[in-house]
Amino acid sequence: MMRKLKDDVLLCLIYLAAFGAEFLLLGILVYVFVKGFPYVDLQFLTTVTSVLQGTVGIAGNMVNTIYIVVLTLVIAVPIGIGSAIYLNEYARPGKMVRLITFTTQTLAGIPSILFGLFGMMFFGITLGLGYSILTGALTLSLMVLPLITRNTQEALLAVPESYKSGALSMGAGKWYMIRTILLPSAMPGIVTGVLLAVGRIMGESAALLFTAGSGYLLPKSAGGWFHKVAESGGTLTIQLYLSMSKAQYDVGFGIAVVLLCILFCMNLIMKFFAKYTTESQR
Amino acid sequence: MRQIDSILYRSSQVSCAQAIEKAAEMIFSLCAFTAVGAVFSITLYMIANGVPAVFQAGVKEILFTTVWQPTATEPSFGILYVILTSIIGTFLAVLLGVPVGILAAVFLAEVAPRRLAAVVRPAVELLAGIPSVIYGVLGMMILNPLMYRLEQRIFADSQTHQFTGGANLLSAVFVLALMILPTVINISEAALLAVPPELKASSLALGASPVQTIFQVTIPAARSGILAAVVLGVGRAVGEAMAISLVSGNSVNLPLPFHSVRFLTTAIVSEMGYAGGLHRQVLFTIGLVLFVFIMIINGILSSILKGEKRG
Amino acid sequence: MPQIKIRTDKLNLYYGANHALKDITLSIRSHAVTALIGPSGCGKSTFLKTLNRMNDLTDGVRITGKVYLDGADIYHPGVDVMALRKQVGMVFQQPNPFPMSIYDNIAYGPRIHGIKGKERLDEIVERSLRQAAIWEETGDRLHKPALGLSGGQKQRLCIARALAVGPEVLLMDEPTSALDPVSTLKVEELIGQLKRKYTIVIVTHNMQQAARVSDETAFFLMGEVVEFASTDRLFAQPADRKTLEYITGKFG
Repeated sequence: MMRKLKDDVLLCLIYLAAFGAEFLLLGILVYVFVKGFPYVDLQFLTTVTSVLQGTVGIAGNMVNTIYIVVLTLVIAVPIGIGSAIYLNEYARPGKMVRLITFTTQTLAGIPSILFGLFGMMFFGITLGLGYSILTGALTLSLMVLPLITRNTQEALLAVPESYKSGALSMGAGKWYMIRTILLPSAMPGIVTGVLLAVGRIMGESAALLFTAGSGYLLPKSAGGWFHKVAESGGTLTIQLYLSMSKAQYDVGFGIAVVLLCILFCMNLIMKFFAKYTTESQR
Repeated sequence: MRQIDSILYRSSQVSCAQAIEKAAEMIFSLCAFTAVGAVFSITLYMIANGVPAVFQAGVKEILFTTVWQPTATEPSFGILYVILTSIIGTFLAVLLGVPVGILAAVFLAEVAPRRLAAVVRPAVELLAGIPSVIYGVLGMMILNPLMYRLEQRIFADSQTHQFTGGANLLSAVFVLALMILPTVINISEAALLAVPPELKASSLALGASPVQTIFQVTIPAARSGILAAVVLGVGRAVGEAMAISLVSGNSVNLPLPFHSVRFLTTAIVSEMGYAGGLHRQVLFTIGLVLFVFIMIINGILSSILKGEKRG
Repeated sequence: MPQIKIRTDKLNLYYGANHALKDITLSIRSHAVTALIGPSGCGKSTFLKTLNRMNDLTDGVRITGKVYLDGADIYHPGVDVMALRKQVGMVFQQPNPFPMSIYDNIAYGPRIHGIKGKERLDEIVERSLRQAAIWEETGDRLHKPALGLSGGQKQRLCIARALAVGPEVLLMDEPTSALDPVSTLKVEELIGQLKRKYTIVIVTHNMQQAARVSDETAFFLMGEVVEFASTDRLFAQPADRKTLEYITGKFG
C-alpha cells in the first residue's frame, strides 16, 4: 500500500512539473502573440521610426539583422566547417585535438555579455572598427563558431565509414573525397547547425549592445548600403530591448511577434532537414 | 630494378594534386585553431582589462566592500553585493528550475503518451531558441506587477522597506528559472532516452513499479547527462544579462527576495554605455569575476563529460 | 613459369603492440584468382589491405618488409598512393555505393583521375557496367539513385565502380558475405569472367566459395600463412595438419 501511495505521489509530481513547465512556456508564446499581433502591419514592417513623419517602423532593424546574420555566417560557417573537418578527418588524437575540443567547448560556455565586452575592446577599439555592424558580426562569429563546429562534426560522424574507404580505395585524395562524398552526405546536418546559428544570432542582444550599437535608419543612397557595414546598426532583438526599457511596449511586442514568427519558420525548415537526413540514411 | 619507370611514382601532375591536398589540410588546421586563439585572446583581454582596476582601487575595496558609488566625487567600487546577487540568484533559480525541468524531462521521456510527447518536444525545442529578451519582457509585463502587489501586501506596515515596483530578486529568479527550463528539459530528456531499454526492462522484470524504475534505475543511469544539463543551466543563468536587467530593479543591494538588485551581468549592461576611467575598468573587473565563475563551471562540465566518456 | 603480379617479402604488420601479420612471403599470380581463407582475426583482411595501402588510414599501424607490384615496391617513399590504388582496386564486404546516381557512382573514379569528357565517361560507364554484368539491369536507369538497388546489384555496382578506374588487380574483401545465395552465385560467376582480364585476390569466410572460384588458396592462421598452394591441392591433400582441421571444419 505504501508503495502504491509513494508511486502515485511521485507520478503526480511528474505530471505537475511537466504541465506546469510546458504550459507556462507555451503560455508565453500565446501571450506575446496576443499582445503584439495588433501592432504588426505593413507600415510597421516597411518604415523607419521617425518623429517628423509620424511613423513607427522596424525596417531599419530588419535590414541590420539581415546584414549581421549574413556577415556572421560568411565569417563563421567556413571556419566552423573547416575546423570540424580538421578535427574529424585530419587530426590525430592527442594533445592538439584535446586543446581544440576543450577551447571549442569553453567558447560555447562563455556568456554573450563577455563576448560583447571582448568584441568591444578587441574589434571595436584595438582594431579600430568602432560601433559597427562589422564589429558585431565578428563578435558573433566567435560566439556561434562552436555551434557550427559541433553540428558539422556530428554530421560528419554520421556519414558511413564505407563511403570514405570506397572513395579512397579508388585513388581519391583526402580532400577530393571530403569534397565529393563527405560534405554532400553531411549537408543536411551542417545546414541544421547553420540554422541554429542563425537563430542564436537573431536572438542575441548582450553581445551586440556594445559592438554593433543601436542604429535603426535605412541607408539613404546606393553607396550607403555598402558603407552600412562600417556603421552602427541594431538588430530586431536590440531594438526590442531598447523599446522595452524605454517603455514603448507596443513596438516591443510587435518586434517580439516578428522575431517569433521568423524563428518559428526556421524551426520548421530545420525539422524538414532533420527528416530529410533520417530518410536519406535509410 | 625497374623501380624508376614504374607508373606508381609521382609525376609532376600528380604533385599538383598533392599540393592541393596539403593546402587543404593547412587551411583546415588554421580554422581549427581559431577557437584556441579566440579563447586565448578573450582570457588575455579579460585579465588585461580587469586586473588594473584591482590594483588601483585595491582588492579588498572592490571585492569585499558593499558600497557602489562609482560616479560620486569620492567614488567607491565595492561589488560584494553584486557578486552575492549573482551567486544567490543563480542558486535559487537552479533550485527552482532544475527539479521541475528534470521531472518534465522524465514526463516526456518516460511517462507521456508518444503522441503528446511528439507535440510537446518540438515546442520545448522551439522555446530553447526564444531570445532571452522576450523572457525579460514577459517578466516585466506579468511578473513585476504581481510582485508589486505581493510586496504591498507584505510590507504594508513596514517603515523601512524601499518599494521596488516588483522589480526585485524574486522576479529575476523566476525569469531565470523559466529560462533555463528548456535547456534542462532538452538535455535531461536526451540523457534519459539514451538509457538502454534492457536496463529498464530488467528492473520491471524484478517486480519494480514503473515509477520505482524511473527513480531508482533510469534517472541514476542518466545521472551524468542530467548533471551536465544542470551545469549548462547554471552557466546559462550566471551569464544571462538582458532578460534580468529588465526585471531585477538594478540597484546595488543586499540580495533579499524583495530587494531591487544588480547582478554581475546587469552591472555591465547598465553602466558600460556611459562609464569612463576607473569606473569603466571596474566594470571590466566585474566581467573578469563573471569570467572566472564561467571558467569554473566549464571546468566542472568538462570533467563531467570526461567521466561520462569513461563510464 | 606463370607470371607474378604481386609479391610480398617478409611482410610484418603491427597494430601498436599487436603483431598482426608475421613474415608473410607470398607470390600472387597474374590473371588468376587467389583466395585468402582462415578464421576470423587471422589477418587475411589485414593482409589484403596492405596490398593497396588502405592500412595507411588506420592509426598506429607499422609495416616492415616489402610488397612488390610488377616488381615495384609499393611502400617506397616515392610511391603515389593514389596512383597505386588506381591500379589496385578494392571491393568491400558491405556493398557501399555512394549516395548518388548509378552513373555518378561509376564515373566517380574516372573523374578523380582527371577524365572529364561526357562521351568518354559514357563509354567507361557502359563498359564497366557490362563487365560487372549489371548493364542489363541498370542501363535504362543510370540516373536513378544507386541506393535504390538491391543488395546483390549494389555489390556488382561496386565491382563496376572499381573496374571503371582501369585497375589491374582487384582486391575483394568477403564480397558476398552480406548477400543472399542467388546474388552470391552471380558475383562468383562474375569473378570467373573477370580473371581473364584482372588479377583477383579474394578474402572469404566460405571455404566452398574459395574452392569454387579460386585457382590458388592461402590459409592464414594467427597472422601467419600456414599453407599456400593451388586450390585443388590445398583442398584435396593439405600438407599441414592445421589446414586439414580448418577445411574439415574442426575450428574456425
